[in-house]
Amino acid sequence: MMSTGWNWFVIIVTLANILACWWLIVWATKNKANESKEGDVTGHVWDEDLQELNNPLPRWWLYLFYFTIIFGLGYLALYPGLGNFKGLLSWTGVSQYNEEAREVHEAQKALFAPLAKLSTEELIKNEQALLTGSRLFAANCAACHGSDARGARGFPNLTDDDWLYAGDYDSLVTTITYGRTGVMPAWQSALNDDGVQEVTAFVRQLSGQQADPQLAAKGEARYNMYCVACHGPGGEGNPAMGAPNLANNIWLYGGSEAAIAHSISVGRMGNMPAQKDFLTEERIRLIAAYVSSLAK
Amino acid sequence: MSNQETYDDKVVRQFAVMTVVWGIVGMLVGVVIAAQMLFPILNFDIPWLTFSRLRPLHTNAVIFAFGGSALMGTSYYVVQRTCHAGLFMPKLAGFTFWGWMLIIVAAAITLPLGITQGKEYAELEWPIDIAIAIVWISYGVVFFGTIVKRKVEHIYVANWFYGAFIITVAVLHIFNNLAIPITWTKSYPIYSGAVDAMVQWWYGHNAVGFFLTAGFLGMMYYFVPKRAERPVYSYRLSIVHFWALISTYMWAGPHHLNYTSLPDWVQSVGMVFSLILLAPSWGGMINGMMTLSGAWHKLRTDPVLKMMIVALSFYGMSTFEGPMMAIKTVNALSHYTDWTIGHVHSGALGWVAMMTMGSLYVLIPRLYGKRDMYSIKLIDVHFWLSTIGVVLYIASMWVAGVMQGLMWRAFNDDGTLTYTFIESISATYPYYAIRLLGGTMFFFGMLIMAYNVYKTIKGSQAVSIVVPKPA
Repeated sequence: MMSTGWNWFVIIVTLANILACWWLIVWATKNKANESKEGDVTGHVWDEDLQELNNPLPRWWLYLFYFTIIFGLGYLALYPGLGNFKGLLSWTGVSQYNEEAREVHEAQKALFAPLAKLSTEELIKNEQALLTGSRLFAANCAACHGSDARGARGFPNLTDDDWLYAGDYDSLVTTITYGRTGVMPAWQSALNDDGVQEVTAFVRQLSGQQADPQLAAKGEARYNMYCVACHGPGGEGNPAMGAPNLANNIWLYGGSEAAIAHSISVGRMGNMPAQKDFLTEERIRLIAAYVSSLAK
Repeated sequence: MSNQETYDDKVVRQFAVMTVVWGIVGMLVGVVIAAQMLFPILNFDIPWLTFSRLRPLHTNAVIFAFGGSALMGTSYYVVQRTCHAGLFMPKLAGFTFWGWMLIIVAAAITLPLGITQGKEYAELEWPIDIAIAIVWISYGVVFFGTIVKRKVEHIYVANWFYGAFIITVAVLHIFNNLAIPITWTKSYPIYSGAVDAMVQWWYGHNAVGFFLTAGFLGMMYYFVPKRAERPVYSYRLSIVHFWALISTYMWAGPHHLNYTSLPDWVQSVGMVFSLILLAPSWGGMINGMMTLSGAWHKLRTDPVLKMMIVALSFYGMSTFEGPMMAIKTVNALSHYTDWTIGHVHSGALGWVAMMTMGSLYVLIPRLYGKRDMYSIKLIDVHFWLSTIGVVLYIASMWVAGVMQGLMWRAFNDDGTLTYTFIESISATYPYYAIRLLGGTMFFFGMLIMAYNVYKTIKGSQAVSIVVPKPA
């Protein structure tokens, strides 16, 4: 709401400009006494040969002008425009949005209601559930995990059978609903450059990659001191805290020497945002069903 | 005869030649970024060459360097001829040329470096903005000073449009760029939130309305009747559409912010005035086209007039398209799509560039004491390259834009989006290719023009023309 002064200012200036256009065309259609005849030159000459004819306004153009003015005034009567006047239709941008959203939600109820009744076993085999789940995935998850769900550096591949936090349906619902935060602490100050290099070699060895055996042997001792608590004695990881399996050569942040050394020395911070404020429970169930259908 | 006053055409010659140069530069950058849309690798991972930095360079170069040089050059020419007087303060006019060139160079350096206010068409940072204000006000002093000096009673219609353009652009530029500097290369606008957005598009739309419309209508009102050797069709129509155009344009900016957090009433007022703008805009088109009545046969032989008529046709078409796109229900589909890009280019290439090229083909031989351009045939080639280029450009962007709009709003029955955003991008690729082809053709037309201009000027003497007595 604007103040009364501004309200009237807007109304007066808006109408004045529109009505001035009206007055202008009415005025210009009348022939004036001191003018040359219609169709003749006005009598002014510039730059030797520039002249102007005194032709009337084309009629079709005039009607077009009148029509747009009348349309405009009609629009301002029906819709908000003249200051605080709400318009005869009481339309607002927000009301239009709410109305459309309500219609859409209404239409979807019929579609979602039967799905909500299905058990988990039924849901993950239901064609409609998987189709809608895939579309919800495309709209809400694909930006990070990719439209093919194969992930990218820092964003897990959801189509393999390697899970940071378990890939069963219930765990997926938890992951999507509340999000996950995976923290790998930074070990540079504890290990120093040599230590980072040694542990890197050992981790490479664990995953069956090429590594200097001597360095790896030194690294193993350090691994057993610093890393084993989360990643386990054989590097098998721990889904309870999202500590990755280091032995299967599947890497969230890359398995090269440089990438592993970087993970060890400065740590990593993985964040899957919680979706509970954006997606309803029934939609989260459908996404979880879809994702659990992907894993091979 | 040395005591007779002559026209000050040096500054006109300078601007005319630089119009061609900046046209080539600006359009080349346009072609490069059009190619980047198709082949993103073409930024070579060099920050200065990324789309985000070259795009403002392209828009600034074509609007303010190419269009600005054309407007300043032709207005200095036209105001002298139609006032029967030399320029007021010719040295100041010379200053506006060098000042404007320096500003363009500053833009060409700072924009690729990423120094920007982030306001579309007002990207340049505050020190350059101050320079623009100084040069622009000097330009106004020369122009209106010359009007005051005039030897004829009536002010010719072209000068009304040039005058409105000069005054309004000064107001727009100064108020939109009010900002608090924090370093030499960074400032913050004094407006915030929706107010900032509204001021920006009040500026942005009137940059179109006054820089790219009123200014070029001024150009049209001189060079079309001159070339056609026919009187302007209707004096009355020119009065009506002038006043209606300049008063109505002022309100149309909010249509850039339909369905945003801008208050509903502002959006409605913007839409209504955008619709009322249709007839005033078409007034200019009618007056230009009908000026040829009685001389239609000249279109068969004169590619310069063809260019001007095609320019007026594109003007009419884009000023019909604009009001239609401002209707909120249409805008809900077209907004943020490539349709907008097509619309802008039907105005910028079809109207602004074609009218400029036609006018320069009239102007340049006169400035160098020649009867006509070096090659009429090459003008014809330029005409066809440009016309086909624009048509390819805008037709591909229409199709692409409508397709994008439909894809973005498509829903499945479960309420999910039918297409991901990236699907709409990959569907646009063929149209990006057609757009690149159209833009490249237009660019090649400019190269042909440059050759033609070079051959016309080469070996000729700049002529001094004595101001004739008014008829």
